[in-house]
Amino acid sequence: MSKRVIVIGGGIAGMEAAGQLSKCGFEVSLIEKEKITGGHLNDWYKLFPDRRSSKEVKKYLDGIVLNKEIHILTDTTIEKFSKDRNHFSVTTNRGSEISADAVVVATGFDLFKSSRKEEYGYGIYDNVITSSDLEKMFRNDKIIMSNGHSPKTIGIVHCVGSRDEKVGNLYCSKLCCVTAVKQAIEIREHLPESKVFCFYMDMRMGGAHYEELYREAQEVWGVSFIRGKVSEAGETIDNRLVIKVEDTLAGRPLKMELDMLVLMAGMEMSQGGKNIASSAGLKTGENRFFAVADHHFGSNISNIEGIFYAGTCTAPMNITETISHARAAVSEVMDYLKDGRK
Amino acid sequence: MAENNMEKFGFTISKGRQIDYESNDRRIADYIFEREPSFRLCIECGGCSATCTTGNLTNFSLRELHILIKRGENDHIMQNLKKCMLCGKCTLVCPRGVNTRNIVVLAKQAYQKAGDYAI
Repeated sequence: MSKRVIVIGGGIAGMEAAGQLSKCGFEVSLIEKEKITGGHLNDWYKLFPDRRSSKEVKKYLDGIVLNKEIHILTDTTIEKFSKDRNHFSVTTNRGSEISADAVVVATGFDLFKSSRKEEYGYGIYDNVITSSDLEKMFRNDKIIMSNGHSPKTIGIVHCVGSRDEKVGNLYCSKLCCVTAVKQAIEIREHLPESKVFCFYMDMRMGGAHYEELYREAQEVWGVSFIRGKVSEAGETIDNRLVIKVEDTLAGRPLKMELDMLVLMAGMEMSQGGKNIASSAGLKTGENRFFAVADHHFGSNISNIEGIFYAGTCTAPMNITETISHARAAVSEVMDYLKDGRK
Repeated sequence: MAENNMEKFGFTISKGRQIDYESNDRRIADYIFEREPSFRLCIECGGCSATCTTGNLTNFSLRELHILIKRGENDHIMQNLKKCMLCGKCTLVCPRGVNTRNIVVLAKQAYQKAGDYAI
């Protein structure tokens, strides 16, 4: 009888892990809390750095999990999690019990709730939106302000909920800088008459082709970059947004009126991950993501034998890294369940 | 005294613009580092200066003062420090948790102690 593995989370990491595990002959159950698999990919328009459609990646992932011997349980959450020697058992919200020999946790990330940075006015001013809201606008091909008009001047704030002691997140979410650059280009593409300004503390273009995209944003699309952390946003009497920032390279405070402000929300440990952490006794680190056994050679290994991690539940990662990390988790599962070991 | 001779002939001598790191006096910075370790955490984002009431009306910039003190560029710091009203808005916005207000207080103390820069 083939060994059974439960994969918790049906985003990119979970789908990749489930597909590869199934390919290796394991009996896989994939548990997803939403009605469909795909995770954050379902909300995104195009992907950095090459701006391919997110649907292409979704199609690849669907291809490896659908029509396979994988039990996909959507709209399902875990009510109870237990381990008895080498045997895992979970009870779902639908009352079913699933048992397994190993577990892959792929609970991903939640976007930082931007309303927590009150000074930026998300949820207070209509035309302050998040990076995720903007992706939805791109998907609907409708970038408009609350009054139905197209914005002419758009500001993008980097590091919202990242690198910020005030919200308890000391870490860099790593992908917001390149997302800002990508979205700045896309705004210019959709609205050729618009002007886009990115307000950054440091430009962290640490990925393949990110720096080139940054250059393209300046060279081809005329995006402006101003170095300074936006300290607050307000509204003028005629409903335009006004922001305050120090243009640190000019050494002077700067104020600017904008039609729209886009907040680059960072990544945080997901609520689903927190729930599993407490029900299974998994350790989290100082950034609240799952704590891995070793940052260099044990990033899939948890503090509980037989439970492995895949993807952004351990740290912010891009899609390439997430898929590699999920495959690495599969290799750990194979090693753990190989004949004679368990 | 080549310099003086040059001036007799109508030339002026400009002081170099370089920060002379070797000869600059960084005792003020050391005084603050010792008493307020969060002084080390600044990443020059300018959040403090953007929100600063004084900085929006005068050429006072807390971010700039921080970096000048750290480099030992101590001229004109004291007169600028006096402009700070200690309202603490800078402390509220700082993403690095720098105790900016205490740094202003400590810098004033340090300048008062260092004879050359006494008020």
